[in-house]
Amino acid sequence: MIEVKDVTKSFDGRTVLHGVSATFYTGKTNLIIGQSGSGKTVLMKSLVGLMQPDKGQILFDGRNLLDMNQEQVKELRKEIGMLFQGSALFDSETVLGNVMFPLQMFTRKPYEEMRERAMFCLERVNLKGAEDKYPSEISGGMQKRVAIARAIALNPKYLFCDEPNSGLDPKTSIVIDELLSDITHEYNITTVINTHDMNSVLGIGENIIFINKGHREWVGDMSQIYTTANEALNEFVFATRLFQEVRKYVVSHEKSKP
Amino acid sequence: MILTSSLATFGRYCLFMRRVFALPDRGRIFLRRTVQEISKLGIDSIPLVIIISIFIGAVIAIQMQLNIASPLIPAYSVGLATRDIVLLEFSNSILCLILAGKVGSNIASEIGTMRVTEQIDALEIMGVNSANYLVLPKIIGFVLFMPALVVICMATSLIGGYLVAVVTDLITVSRYVYGLQALFQEWYVWYGLIKSVVFAFIIASVASFYGYYVKGGALDVGKASTNGVVASSILILLFDVILTKLLLQ
Repeated sequence: MIEVKDVTKSFDGRTVLHGVSATFYTGKTNLIIGQSGSGKTVLMKSLVGLMQPDKGQILFDGRNLLDMNQEQVKELRKEIGMLFQGSALFDSETVLGNVMFPLQMFTRKPYEEMRERAMFCLERVNLKGAEDKYPSEISGGMQKRVAIARAIALNPKYLFCDEPNSGLDPKTSIVIDELLSDITHEYNITTVINTHDMNSVLGIGENIIFINKGHREWVGDMSQIYTTANEALNEFVFATRLFQEVRKYVVSHEKSKP
Repeated sequence: MILTSSLATFGRYCLFMRRVFALPDRGRIFLRRTVQEISKLGIDSIPLVIIISIFIGAVIAIQMQLNIASPLIPAYSVGLATRDIVLLEFSNSILCLILAGKVGSNIASEIGTMRVTEQIDALEIMGVNSANYLVLPKIIGFVLFMPALVVICMATSLIGGYLVAVVTDLITVSRYVYGLQALFQEWYVWYGLIKSVVFAFIIASVASFYGYYVKGGALDVGKASTNGVVASSILILLFDVILTKLLLQ
């Protein structure tokens, strides 16, 4: 479980996060949602230690990230997997090389054992047969899956995903969402997904944190989002006619239930 | 203002170097990467070094002959002057200015692209010291291989002058070869090698520094690459003066 307590962050006198508090549960897909510029990326970067908040606490199962020294942060990072918006695969390495990279850096297993583990991760994301290809030779969706395989190679306790569906077609987005959800439940990972993809919100959002103008505005799950009275959240989630129709249907369906 | 920002940049460079010169996480991976960098930055530069050296060596020999043609100056002076120009300045300073363009821009753009595509962030999140992992093999590889490039440059430049003697009737071959051997000072070779090692460090570290701290997109990678080449060229010229004063006086 990750707990964020009263996290504040400013840039050049402009406050981007105003005392945000939230809890990200183990074994659940935790979604951070919000408009562009709302502060969700800053929150995500603060969570993984790429940014230092001005104040507050970030507790990884009780261990405060902001009180840790460099060595402790390094150790914690071995428990973290991250999926970047642009996949961030190493261009000079093959698909297999990318997945094996964390194993080579942080384990002392024989090569064959590391290869076996990497191949298992690739199989898990349905990419068997692509191991000798380079990132430039595979599609965006496949690159995302390679990044997921790399992120889970070391059996992380925490998985962070920054806009995992960015640049993908709807069908591939659903595949990635389902994969992330399955992996979260299968390995009991604390998964935190930063997204503004409404399909993800309504499809896999088990714990949704809505950030608006640097404030945590709303917390709930995908079933509660249809009936929320929060105006900003409604405007954000049900901005398109399609989603407005979906909400009408779901709400009327709920009302007609005995 | 310029002084303050230059000092701030120098401070950031020093902090960056402190991160670069940490103990590598994995010795074997470090060695493998260093060999790869020797191949990419050093061995791949050999064709360019040979082509430039042959032509510049030939031009130096021709210009020496045309400019010092006098009954008072012995004919072998052409070979002697060509040799000393090559050993003292061309094979190290001028060669490194050329390599600052080729190798420096290669390093800055590679690391800069890794920064803007979040590959460096990915390394950091994994708990890898990205500065050490990416930059140290480049610096060590290039510094180790630079003396080899300088020796190749020295040899091919003198061959360039020799070809002028063979192909044209400007200089006689025997006079040119005699000039190459006359009044030879071994220290000049060492002087060139010492300078080149310092310049190699400047090229690799300064270009890496500019690439590592890129912010923005593709356009900024290009700018960082240019800034890296300009800064390392200026530093090469500055250290050329300092090292010449220290080593030749």
